[in-house]
Amino acid sequence: MRGRRTDWLALAALLAGAALMVGPFLWMVSTSLKPAAEQFDMRLIPATPTLANYPRLMEIMPFHLLLWNSAKIAVISTFGQLLTCSMAAFVFAVVRFPGRDVLFVLLLVTLMIPAQVTAVPQFIIFKYLGLYGTQAPLYLPSFLGGAFGTFLMRQYFRTIPIELAEAARIDGASLARIFFTIYLPLAKPALAAFAIFAFLFSWNDLFSALIYLPSDLEKTTLTVGLALFQQQYAAQWTLMMAAALVSVAPMILVFLLAQRHFVAGLGATGLK
Amino acid sequence: MSGLKPLGREKWWVLALLAPTLIGLLLGTFGSILATLGLSLYDWDLLTPPEYAGLSNYAGLPGDRMFVKSLWNTVAFAALYVPLTMVLSLTVAMALNRRVRGESLFRVLYFLPVVSSPTAVGLLWTWIYAEDHGALNELIGLFGADPVRWLGSEMVLYSVVIANVWGAIGEGMIVFLAGLQAIPKEHYEVARIDGATVWQRLRYVTLPALMPSLFFQAVLATIHAFQAFDYIYILTRTGNGNSSLPTLVFSIYRSGFRFFRMGDAAAQAVVLTLIILVFTWVYFRLQRRWGPA
Repeated sequence: MRGRRTDWLALAALLAGAALMVGPFLWMVSTSLKPAAEQFDMRLIPATPTLANYPRLMEIMPFHLLLWNSAKIAVISTFGQLLTCSMAAFVFAVVRFPGRDVLFVLLLVTLMIPAQVTAVPQFIIFKYLGLYGTQAPLYLPSFLGGAFGTFLMRQYFRTIPIELAEAARIDGASLARIFFTIYLPLAKPALAAFAIFAFLFSWNDLFSALIYLPSDLEKTTLTVGLALFQQQYAAQWTLMMAAALVSVAPMILVFLLAQRHFVAGLGATGLK
Repeated sequence: MSGLKPLGREKWWVLALLAPTLIGLLLGTFGSILATLGLSLYDWDLLTPPEYAGLSNYAGLPGDRMFVKSLWNTVAFAALYVPLTMVLSLTVAMALNRRVRGESLFRVLYFLPVVSSPTAVGLLWTWIYAEDHGALNELIGLFGADPVRWLGSEMVLYSVVIANVWGAIGEGMIVFLAGLQAIPKEHYEVARIDGATVWQRLRYVTLPALMPSLFFQAVLATIHAFQAFDYIYILTRTGNGNSSLPTLVFSIYRSGFRFFRMGDAAAQAVVLTLIILVFTWVYFRLQRRWGPA
């Protein structure tokens, strides 16, 4: 179709770019496998590879607790987002009522409002509810819907023929029943894509965790743990890279396993 | 308007299904914005009762060196980050769209930084940027250059922008690639028959068709830029809880959640919101002018 020469040019540029994307990760893995004495050894393949940094991590900081906390908060948040966003998305896609489109636009407008702007009053509310220093402020807001997920799910629900819902209703099914037994099962691919995003968002969150759980290692998340770790072990790069890898690896694994859903989900958000 | 019209009791189901979203909108977002506006008129440390302060929290901002610095840093950061991210992710997407071998592998590789926690990747970048034996200094050392203080006051803005752009290229790439693949091949064939040059094809076929994605991504990248926090926190935090490159969000975090000056933090949050609203409005105006005729 197009000239072969330019394709080689594109391929070469892509390869160079990919090296820049992946290189830092390789450097992280490599450093984490070096003994402390060799941290300034610039070889990519460690001269004397060792896994010793990983047990050291656990002695220094309860990384298993941090991992567990992050995973727990992310699972609860993801559940909350899947449930409440798809409930709203179903209504926006299937039910006709006055003010529906205005409400939907209003919801989309909230995409423009940075979370930090609502953080001040939310902090005060959670503090007065006695929830400061607990994990609840990190997952409770996920049960109040959200523009991104609602938009994503609505796009998908709109591809399901409305006749399905109409027929079910003639058979006497309630709206809730149509939602739970017809729409949700049909939307598995979209739910999978959205679940990965929601999980990722929670897992990677630093700002809220820093606000609500700034120092309690029993309760806080991996991200805050990493920041605290950075303060105490500055310039101990082999340990620090092992810690970073522990935090990055689970998401990369999930991504590699589910990347088809992921990419399809993101591609669908912008454009239809 | 298509869809089912709710009958009788079904109205209650509609309300129930929408309830979390409505509460989130009313309390979570719009209520919080009103509360932020209100709080910005008070002095409150959460220990003693709030004291009405009028507009003094706003009046104090121009004299607050930290705030002025962070405002400037935020604007400078956005001015570099948004165009760089857009151009680079568009370039990657266009290269991928030429049906090169291994397209799906490239997609995965370019997307890796997007799924990685910015906190962890921030640590990785502090190591790459380290003055003493960091990878970058070792690399330029091979060419005989002296070590650079990448996170020192002269370079820190550029270093932080590069780390952030690196983390964001993959996301823009996916959005642009979806946009590019939706352009009918016939458009290019017609352009070719008419003798259009590569540049003309880009200018008159690709870019106009890509307008919705470009617009979407520009808004998204701008919002990201104004919210930049994670990399800033990890890469530029100093021992005393300050930052060598404070941004607006960092300043809000510091005032509100380290020093518990709620009114002050709220006033800064209002300023941040106004800036984002102005930019969004400008984008919408531009889109109307340049959008599909």
